[in-house]
Amino acid sequence: MSVLEIKGLEVQVTTDDGPKDILRGVDLVVRAGETHALMGPNGSGKSTLAYAIAGHPKYHITGGTVTLDGQDVLAMSVDERARAGLFLAMQYPVEVPGVSVSNFLRTAITAIRGEAPNLRTWIKELKESMNALQIDQQFAERSVNEGFSGGERKRTEILQMELIKPSIAILDETDSGLDVDALRVVSEGINRVRATGETGVLLITHFTRILNYVKPDFVHVFFDGRIVRQGGPELADDIEANGYAQYTAV
Amino acid sequence: MTAVTEHEVSLVPATDHSPQIRSLDLADFPTLVGREEEWRFTPLARLRGLHTGEIGAQSPVVVTATSLGGATFIPNSPKDATRAGFTDRVATFAWTQIADVATLTIPKNTQVAETIQISIAGTNGVAFHQLDVNVEQFGEATVIINHSGSATFAGNLDINVADGGKLTIVSIQDWEIDAVHAGHHRVRLGRDATCKHIAVTLGGDVVRLLPSVDYDAPGGSAEFIGLYFAGAGQHAEHRLFVDHSQAHCRSNVVYKGALNGDGAHTVWIGDVLIRSNAIGTETYEINRNLVLSGGGRADSVPNLEIETGEIVGAGHASTTGRFDDEQLFYLESRGISADEARMLVLRGFFEDLLNQINVPEINDGVRTRIEERLAGLR
Ligand SMILES: Nc1ncnc2c1ncn2[C@@H]1O[C@H](COP(=O)(O)OP(=O)(O)O)[C@@H](O)[C@H]1O
Ligand SMILES: [Mg+2]
Repeated sequence: MSVLEIKGLEVQVTTDDGPKDILRGVDLVVRAGETHALMGPNGSGKSTLAYAIAGHPKYHITGGTVTLDGQDVLAMSVDERARAGLFLAMQYPVEVPGVSVSNFLRTAITAIRGEAPNLRTWIKELKESMNALQIDQQFAERSVNEGFSGGERKRTEILQMELIKPSIAILDETDSGLDVDALRVVSEGINRVRATGETGVLLITHFTRILNYVKPDFVHVFFDGRIVRQGGPELADDIEANGYAQYTAV
Repeated sequence: MTAVTEHEVSLVPATDHSPQIRSLDLADFPTLVGREEEWRFTPLARLRGLHTGEIGAQSPVVVTATSLGGATFIPNSPKDATRAGFTDRVATFAWTQIADVATLTIPKNTQVAETIQISIAGTNGVAFHQLDVNVEQFGEATVIINHSGSATFAGNLDINVADGGKLTIVSIQDWEIDAVHAGHHRVRLGRDATCKHIAVTLGGDVVRLLPSVDYDAPGGSAEFIGLYFAGAGQHAEHRLFVDHSQAHCRSNVVYKGALNGDGAHTVWIGDVLIRSNAIGTETYEINRNLVLSGGGRADSVPNLEIETGEIVGAGHASTTGRFDDEQLFYLESRGISADEARMLVLRGFFEDLLNQINVPEINDGVRTRIEERLAGLR
């Protein structure tokens, strides 16, 4: 069973005014089979944490460690991290003109599994996953995310997660911009992956809405680049009722 | 792609960019110094005398035509004195140097099912050539001209598509790395005639092509597609001139290029002129360049002159960018290696053009060759 361990993680970004500290010592352990909700106001550094774990070149690690099953994640290239079992569903999925969804997915799956999938089973697998997420089959031939609505992009992110079957999935605001129906469809997708018991989920959000569908085992409150409070699902209810202010007052 | 420059303009003040000289007589062209508007991007010193006339030993290209179907090919028809003058000094020089003209004729009402293949192979010397492709009334054909080998080559292509005719013509510049190729590709369109001209420039030290179209009657439709690569030190130049002098004609220009390595230089000039009588014109031109690595330079100059407002539409766009880090990160975050991610983005960049080139009747050889060149570029 996989375990992602983040210890004392400090991250900087380079801005026009020089380097800026964003993460100020993050400690977090996510195990396969667990679901963690990371909640915090806009600008608190949630996406920075997600990007830093995935290896985005803009984020510079200035302290701390990240390991997956004891392996040094920070020493890996972006693609190595993905092949090691990490997955990031992005808050703003990127358009890749001229690269079809099906070509992209087949290339990714081949890289992750280490061999090209059997064509017949692959087509069936893709079709079933698309149906489950209510993604029109025509999307397979469209360019990745190009001209997709916010909801379509998020569904495609979850489609990728379902096919890739990561050991640790970080979902960055997958719920934002979804209407009620889409939220339900996306949540069902996340729950299917959780039900396998083989994936640990770090669900990043600033609303409690998605937690009505995807029940977390642990809730972490994030503020100003660090986790300021940890607890069980009751913490989310508290945030719903009373907001973040009680945890974030300085 | 990260856009570095982007223009979306539909109307610019008219400044006359139409050619000043049209002649078959070299004496009508002044000596080139390199500062002329049409030559300012070209490395004259690398033309091996094509611009001055001080050329080395001649060694003719080997020209073969195959899979002709109902078309006829004559490698040495007599030279005429009646054709329109060229607007380019080197093109006119080539005309003065040739002894005869190669002609490909697609007879009236004949649809050639085969893809006609013409091979022009260099033999390591200076060579001049004139090819005429004549599509008679309601004739239809697809022609691939493949340039290969090594040469200092000045070759003109005159395409005449008569009323109702339809031609798809692909010119592949697949030269060895030391070749020089200068050529005027002139399209003339009759009433309701259609021509799709595709330039694929893969190799050569200097390639300078001038595709142009003149409309003889209303209803003509011209499409110019171009795909080019320049590796380190290579110069690939395409200068288009679309002269809308007839009513209700269409033109569409789509050129895309990739540059890789230091000293890679591409030039794309898109001159479109809509004359005052060319009402109902519909025209669009776009050029996109992707700088893959190193200090390559892509010059891109769209130019639209409009003398009448009674048109259906006119526009142009030009962008030059580098690999988009966010796209690469996205692909890599799905386990795809950096190399493969670049390849996907690069193929994606050309995908729409490849689809247009890869029409069923065109030999897959074109696509295969492009794929090979792409693979070498990553
Ligand atoms: N690439 C960047 N360049 C400059 N500032 C950044 C960059 N990424 C994030 N930041 C800044 O870091 C802080 C945290 O951002 P982010 O991680 O996106 O927060 P969240 O996801 O919690 O809304 C914000 O103040 C944001 O402006
Ligand atoms: Mg965010």
